[in-house]
Amino acid sequence: MIRAQGLSKAFGKIQAVDNLSFDAVDGKITALLGPNGAGKSTTLRMLYTVLKPDAGQALIDGADIQADLLAARRKLGVLPHSAGLYPHLTALENIRYYGRLSGLENAELEQRVSELSAVLDLGPIADRHAKGFSQGERTRVALARALVHRPKNLLLDEPTNGLDVMATRSLRKLLLQLKDQGHCILLSSHIMQEVAALADQIVIIAHGRVVADGTPEQILTRTGADDLESAFVDLIGAEDAG
Amino acid sequence: MRLLTIVWAKEVLDNLRDRRTLLSSLIFGPLFGPILFVFMMNFMLNEATSDVDELLELPVSGQEHAPELIRWLGGNGVNVLDGPEDAREAVSRGDLSMVLVIPESIGEKLRAGQPAPLQLVVNNAKSRDRGDVRKARNLLRAYRNQLAASRLQARGISPMVLYPVVIDEVDVSTAVGRALVVLGMLTYFILFSMLMGGMYLAIDTTAGERERGSLEPLLTLPVPTGQLIMGKVAATCTFMLVALAITVTGFSISLNFLDLQALDMQANFGPGIALSVFAVMLPFTLFGAGMMTLVASFTRSYKEAQTYLTIVLLVPTLPIIFAAIFSLDPTFELMAVPSLSQHLLITAIMKGEALQTEWILVSAASTMLAGALFIWLASLFYRRESILG
Repeated sequence: MIRAQGLSKAFGKIQAVDNLSFDAVDGKITALLGPNGAGKSTTLRMLYTVLKPDAGQALIDGADIQADLLAARRKLGVLPHSAGLYPHLTALENIRYYGRLSGLENAELEQRVSELSAVLDLGPIADRHAKGFSQGERTRVALARALVHRPKNLLLDEPTNGLDVMATRSLRKLLLQLKDQGHCILLSSHIMQEVAALADQIVIIAHGRVVADGTPEQILTRTGADDLESAFVDLIGAEDAG
Repeated sequence: MRLLTIVWAKEVLDNLRDRRTLLSSLIFGPLFGPILFVFMMNFMLNEATSDVDELLELPVSGQEHAPELIRWLGGNGVNVLDGPEDAREAVSRGDLSMVLVIPESIGEKLRAGQPAPLQLVVNNAKSRDRGDVRKARNLLRAYRNQLAASRLQARGISPMVLYPVVIDEVDVSTAVGRALVVLGMLTYFILFSMLMGGMYLAIDTTAGERERGSLEPLLTLPVPTGQLIMGKVAATCTFMLVALAITVTGFSISLNFLDLQALDMQANFGPGIALSVFAVMLPFTLFGAGMMTLVASFTRSYKEAQTYLTIVLLVPTLPIIFAAIFSLDPTFELMAVPSLSQHLLITAIMKGEALQTEWILVSAASTMLAGALFIWLASLFYRRESILG
């Protein structure tokens, strides 16, 4: 469960995120939807603790991201926008490194690594150096790395970026599985189809503020639009006009 | 401590697999000094030994004008050759290193007791010939003095009036002392190879991590920043230590290949000295690793870090140049200056001088303290969000 309360963040004169609040609950996929530059990444980066909010607070399963930093991090699995791997380490070594740093050891670590290897279909690249991986392979390894310590909450910043159709489909399938296992999944996207296909709850952001928050049905009802895309355009347009 | 070890092990493994890092850290860097040293010293040896007891070959134009001088030169170890028509041309083309030109008028001038001109055509831009030129010049001077003395004597005056003062230069430098002038560069090479040994790790673990986008996910892990930085610095230290060991071993081997006795020098670099040098240099790993990690942390890319670190490589060598210019002797206060203290201690070790225990302690303590300060500053920087730029 992720709770953001009144988060604000400015870079110089630009107010990237402005008093933003929402909840992402367990067993659901929540999507942050917004145009480029709306503040989606900044919001996620505050939630996964690499940016400090100017105001407001956020709780990860009750752990404050500022007061209880390390505890909050333990409950988080993160797939940042640019999730670089170590090119001289193999896929599994990359995953093991994060596992060890998260406190896993020996048999437990190995068991978890082979679990993830099976789930994410890493078999063919398991012992290859990450140097020559395709974007899809990199994303799969980075995702395994993010999941290695069994975090309850998963944050993904535009996870399907640069993935081909097959890779996108298998990532979608995996996220739905994780949701069914009771994980709290929060992802950002600017792709309407992706959000429509995945999200149980949508938080639409423009200019650093929440302009709509609810299930896809609720958002359609509220805007009176026939589909999500027109609803989105209506909401963003209203915000721009205002 | 556990997390630090995990970070350390990963960085060491990661960089051991990078051929470029391995080559420059553990091969080129550490062996550059010892090999260059052999070449440099060999060259100096050749220069020095060629100077001694070799017949000077001197082309002379216009020999027929001063047969007496030619005879005298022949009697003083000069192999007189026939000079070319155009002496200037021959020397400036580089065919000959020098030519003595005797003008036609010399006999007449000598008989008249007037100054007789002799022309020694040389090319001072070519340092290789300087020894020979000096020899020729000294010979001609000796000839001049001899002529002057005989003229005075013919007039009933003692030639001693020409020498109101006699300058006798006494060189008191010992063989070891002379060797040290050259070996003073040793500390520079050792420092250089240590810094080279750690440079790529300092970059890879900081700017490299940023550039390939692996820093952001790393910073979302439940790892305190201090442990992360210290693990990375420890990996850099490890490579620096290996580089130090290789370069010191390299020196103790390569100096054995040189016939330093021929230069009246004794290269004092046995296993005992090698170990002492290693021990004195040990604290510098923390200093160098901390300094490079701090600087590289502020850069955004591998290339940028490389540019800055190449400048940083020179910083620790400045005190050594300073020490050479002012010929500093070790004192208690100077032991507080990192890199200078190591230089002074190593020089003292090689001179065979007794080291004071306090010196070694102060040198180690101040160097490690400065290193710890760098590491602390770097970890402060990593706590700031601007690290992700």
